[in-house]
Amino acid sequence: MVADLFYYFIYPGFLFTAVVGGLIAGVDRKITARVQFRKGPPVLQPFYDFFKLLLVKETILPAKGSKITFLLAPVFAVFGASASAVLIMLPLLGIDAGFRGDVIVVFYLLTIPSLSYIIGALASGNPLAAIGGSREMKLIVSYEFTFILIIAGIILKAESSTSLYRIIEVQQTGNAFIGTASGVLLFIAAMFCIQAKLGLVPFDMGEAETEIGGGAFIEYSGSAYALIKLTKYMLFFTLPALIILFFMGGVQLTGIHILWSALKLIAVILLITLIRNTNPRLKTGQAMRFFLIWMNLFVIVAIVLSYLGY
Amino acid sequence: MGFKDFCFKKSLWLFHFGGASCNNCDIEILDCLTSRYDVERFGMKLVGSPRHADVLLVNGSINKRDKKRLLEVYNQLAKPVLVVAIGACGCTGGIFAEGITFAGPVDKIIPVDVYIPGCPPKPEAILAGIVKLLNKK
Ligand code: SF4
Repeated sequence: MVADLFYYFIYPGFLFTAVVGGLIAGVDRKITARVQFRKGPPVLQPFYDFFKLLLVKETILPAKGSKITFLLAPVFAVFGASASAVLIMLPLLGIDAGFRGDVIVVFYLLTIPSLSYIIGALASGNPLAAIGGSREMKLIVSYEFTFILIIAGIILKAESSTSLYRIIEVQQTGNAFIGTASGVLLFIAAMFCIQAKLGLVPFDMGEAETEIGGGAFIEYSGSAYALIKLTKYMLFFTLPALIILFFMGGVQLTGIHILWSALKLIAVILLITLIRNTNPRLKTGQAMRFFLIWMNLFVIVAIVLSYLGY
Repeated sequence: MGFKDFCFKKSLWLFHFGGASCNNCDIEILDCLTSRYDVERFGMKLVGSPRHADVLLVNGSINKRDKKRLLEVYNQLAKPVLVVAIGACGCTGGIFAEGITFAGPVDKIIPVDVYIPGCPPKPEAILAGIVKLLNKK
């Protein structure tokens, strides 16, 4: 019991993910600044932002709208992010806790943050938030199908096992999935899904500061907004970790392998940051077409390839 | 300086209110965000919603129509919040001070923490003002 709580709250769950995720978000902002020839904020900037929002700022409730739903939505988002973080990190770090969550559970838990953003946005009663929420909803509808196809591909490659432990085992005894042609195709599609799940450019139309002033989050302030930021930081670590788990054979925490693991994480983060810095924001229709037609075709080709053994 | 104050000063998010400006000050404010001056070094960034803002940048002369809106924006901000009046128009009214629609400089309507004069102030002057703001409390 105590061990379970420790896993959930401290390592490798809530606290660990939040701290590493915050650092990753800081590095992301630093790289972004470098790409734009700026100096950029300090790497600890996400922590300053978080504590400022949590401790200093006042939380304003919408006058018209459901206040309780509005306040509970970020809490659920944090819950979803930390639950999925535990279930992804335990197998990734090779800790064997009693419950062996599988890919399907992780898939569902990962949708909780986006869904709660939408619920919070609609509860605020702000028209711009409603626009942001509906855009986010359309985005979810389009990328989740691709995501589940990718998971199907992974399951096929992992000898029809849905267990995350098994997926890592198959890769560590054989080759990492990214080493095959179908693996590369799945990896590319997965990177775009991750980008959409993180709500980063080119798929940030739900937030779109310059267009709809923060979209789904426009009404959030103070500690409620701090929780949303926290969710984003946690996902910024969890989702790249999921990519490493799916395609790069997980990590090993012994000797020189630690370096390799860190390099894998850095490579994925760098890729995400570069995609977000070299693309414009897509329109919702374009993003839907991108996922529903092109990415799905891509993944189906990959699945057929992997079925044929490539 | 406590931990709270430290975090607040390290992460000031800006919201930009342009009154009846000639648009020059707006451009100079945007200059501060570019790679040459880069206020993100201090953890500042421009946000799109008054709910997220810690600093309200006001420029341009405030006329009778703007006054209501400025007050409304100020009331919508999550407190604590700092207000910076930018440009001669924001500080005193500048060349518009004697116009018939002029409704008083910014500090007659809402409390102002820092004044940055100039028509328009150079980005360096705005940065200097921001440093003053950081050292103020
Ligand atoms: S201070 Fe000068 S530059 Fe700025 S808005 Fe007024 S007239 Fe324009």
